[in-house]
Amino acid sequence: MTAMLELVAQNPFIAALLALVGLGLVFGALLGYAAVKFRTEGNPISEQINAILPQTQCGQCGYPGCRPYAEAIADGEAINRCPPGGEGTIAQLADLLDVEAIPLDAEHGEEKAAASVAFIREDECIGCTKCIQACPVDAILGAAKQMHTVIASECTGCDLCVEPCPVDCIDMISEEVTLQTWHWELPSPTDPLIIASDRDDMSSDKERAA
Amino acid sequence: MRKIYDIHGGIHPLENKHQSLQVSSTPAGIPPQLFYPLSQHIGAPAKAVVSVGQKVLKGELLAAADGFISVPIHASTSGVITAIEPRPVPHPSAMPAPCIVLDSDGLDTWIEHSGVEDYTQLERSALLQLIRDSGIAGMGGAGFPAAVKLGVNPERGRINTLLINGTECEPYITADDILMREQAEAIIAGIHILTHLVEPTEILLGIEDNKPEAIAALRAAAAGTAIDIVVFPTKYPSGGEKQLIEIVTGKQVPSGGLPADIGIVCQNVGTIYAIYRAVTYGEPLISRMTTVTGNAAAHPRNYEVLLGTPMSWLLDLAGYDAKRNQRLMMGGPMMGFTITDPSVPVVKTTNCLLAPTVEELPAPDPAQACIRCGMCAEACPASLLPQQMYWFAQGKEFEKLEAHNLFDCIECGACSYVCPSNIPLVQYYRAAKAEIVQMRNDHAKSEHSRTRFEARQERLDREAAEKEAQRATRKAAAEQRARDAAAGDGVEDPVQAAIARAKAKKAGQAEPAASADPAQAAIEKAKATRAASADLAPEDKARQDLQKLRERAEKSRARLTESREAGAQDKVIEALDASVLKLDEKIATAVAAMADQGWSENPQQAPADPAQAAIERALAKRAAQAAAPALSPREQLQKNLQSVEKSLQKATAKLAEAEQENSDKVEVLQQSVQKLTTKQSQVQAELTALED
Repeated sequence: MTAMLELVAQNPFIAALLALVGLGLVFGALLGYAAVKFRTEGNPISEQINAILPQTQCGQCGYPGCRPYAEAIADGEAINRCPPGGEGTIAQLADLLDVEAIPLDAEHGEEKAAASVAFIREDECIGCTKCIQACPVDAILGAAKQMHTVIASECTGCDLCVEPCPVDCIDMISEEVTLQTWHWELPSPTDPLIIASDRDDMSSDKERAA
Repeated sequence: MRKIYDIHGGIHPLENKHQSLQVSSTPAGIPPQLFYPLSQHIGAPAKAVVSVGQKVLKGELLAAADGFISVPIHASTSGVITAIEPRPVPHPSAMPAPCIVLDSDGLDTWIEHSGVEDYTQLERSALLQLIRDSGIAGMGGAGFPAAVKLGVNPERGRINTLLINGTECEPYITADDILMREQAEAIIAGIHILTHLVEPTEILLGIEDNKPEAIAALRAAAAGTAIDIVVFPTKYPSGGEKQLIEIVTGKQVPSGGLPADIGIVCQNVGTIYAIYRAVTYGEPLISRMTTVTGNAAAHPRNYEVLLGTPMSWLLDLAGYDAKRNQRLMMGGPMMGFTITDPSVPVVKTTNCLLAPTVEELPAPDPAQACIRCGMCAEACPASLLPQQMYWFAQGKEFEKLEAHNLFDCIECGACSYVCPSNIPLVQYYRAAKAEIVQMRNDHAKSEHSRTRFEARQERLDREAAEKEAQRATRKAAAEQRARDAAAGDGVEDPVQAAIARAKAKKAGQAEPAASADPAQAAIEKAKATRAASADLAPEDKARQDLQKLRERAEKSRARLTESREAGAQDKVIEALDASVLKLDEKIATAVAAMADQGWSENPQQAPADPAQAAIERALAKRAAQAAAPALSPREQLQKNLQSVEKSLQKATAKLAEAEQENSDKVEVLQQSVQKLTTKQSQVQAELTALED
């Protein structure tokens, strides 16, 4: 024992080695304990991604719903496959994941200008329930051989009911702007912000809100 | 003298109020056609309750409130409804919106109406309902339903201060000023009504010092009352609700909160006047004071305008010269918006119609780059950082905008007014606010969709699991049946199975040491019986067989009667019938065979079990009865024929019945009739063969 202590005292290299190994063990144990004690349930990143996705559950990304796509993104899938979310969603995802925002992948569809809701032409509906089975959010009401109708407030506009309809009686109607939904637009970015010396060249009677 | 507080920032634009104050107000008269937009207020649009072609009287309800935050709309003159359709409305979007169109008949006939004689006798809720039914929305410009504001939830705290807003800080507008000058007594009476309703501890009326005539009139009318007329220096935008509260009380409304949170309710003088008219005279809100001013109007003045009057009618009255006008605005120069179509109607929030000349209110110069001078921050009455918010709005950094309290911005335009680079700052904030609201709505909707999607997913999983469980149970049951069948004598007949079970049970009882598996036991038992019967003498064997047959016949009969009583399917009864017949036949044959051999039916030794013996005796008796005349084969066949014929008759009758009722059993019955007919002809043939 004494001989060993002497050996350590005389060889700083061994002393350092022992100290480092000891520290490594202590902190390793600490980390191991923390990993078990504070284990996170599920994948928190995919939860955050899922919260950004528009939840239309349309499957245009190639995944069966928004959560699967969120999980795929967490595993490294491209972030530009969500047409309903469009550039806004891509920007938010890029911000969250700290990657470059890339343009929407046209292969999966184009971003629609306005949100739309499904509308069933009720005279033509034969009551086959195919659209009911296709609807990912149970927004279609009806029963076999009874007329079906869409609960507009629940519809996400995912288009999934259009394809299965055997009599093509479902239309996607874009939501119209009403006085209640209208809002001011940001001043057009194409309006050049001039500097004082440019002023003479600009027409002074240009329409502009106060 | 009450202490006056100051607000941060503010500006002093040219007031330009004198033009429209040269003369007193005048009624604008009745235009030939009036338009009532269904949405003239904050909240849900009203719902039309009249139909095209209907004759309405002045003050009649045209559209009812649709929801809590909504107000009804009334006819402002008598006439005929000619259309309910989208028409241009005064709105910054310049979009058409649903309107009720009324062609006036010029008679201006009032609907029967009367005021409340003594409102102090009225319940608080009844008074609120009266205000609600009178269609009163905030007349200061925002148009928030007055009854909602006054009926604020007592849980939010008591209202200590009733604050009346007579500030009217925006340039050009004088509608409130002229109202206070001309209707000071009515306004004071209206305040008394609200005092009764709200029961505040202090009543304040805030007014800027640029309205000396109004102040004098109000002071005279309020003499001897608890109403405190608070006069403070003119500054834009002192008239903003939160700003006014800070000026007269020194308190600040918390960010995102309501004045009610600090025990204050604030109402505009125009609203007070409307409430006074509604309570005292029973008149709904059908007219308002509107200032028509600007240098493009030859006779600027205030008009008592019927709601729904086209603005072009008012402009004509005021001698409007479209050529001199640069643009027409509703509201003042700071917070108003451009009207592109002068045919739009005056609505509940139209306090001013501004027709300035180009020199008077030139178009703003083109925006230049922000030079970060910070003048906007100095001018902001809400103590915000407009310049920071401008950058964030440009970059669409909405989180940061919210962190900078964008939603406390009252859109007063002071920042834009002072901006040396002419940046339309307020427009950025309005757009950003709208986008944030839109995003919140979208997010709420997507959350809603997510929960619905997940609920559906869960339901589908549950259904699949249930189906799987059911399938598993069915599979297990089928396997069990298959095992039972394999273990038994291989006969699927339930009667046989029951017998086998009974045997197994008996075997189990007889040999308690035997294996617990009943099937195994049955097999062993069967083996044992076979072995035993092998050892038996032929006579005893025949006797045993006969007895077994009788037992079976007895059981089948019992089962038959049971099924008949229970009203079992015809098929089952038929099958049982047949099996009973067959067994009887077999018994008869066995008896005949035994008689042939000369064996006695009864064994020499009595069975050990007395009960068994009794049963046997009974069985023997019945068998004897059945077989008493020792049926010849011919008689047997005849009997068979009879019973088949009987069954056939029954089946035919049933079929007829079923056909009459059009029941779905018809097919089954038809089949059984057919079968029976075949059987009958078979027996008949046998009989004929025998007779020959």
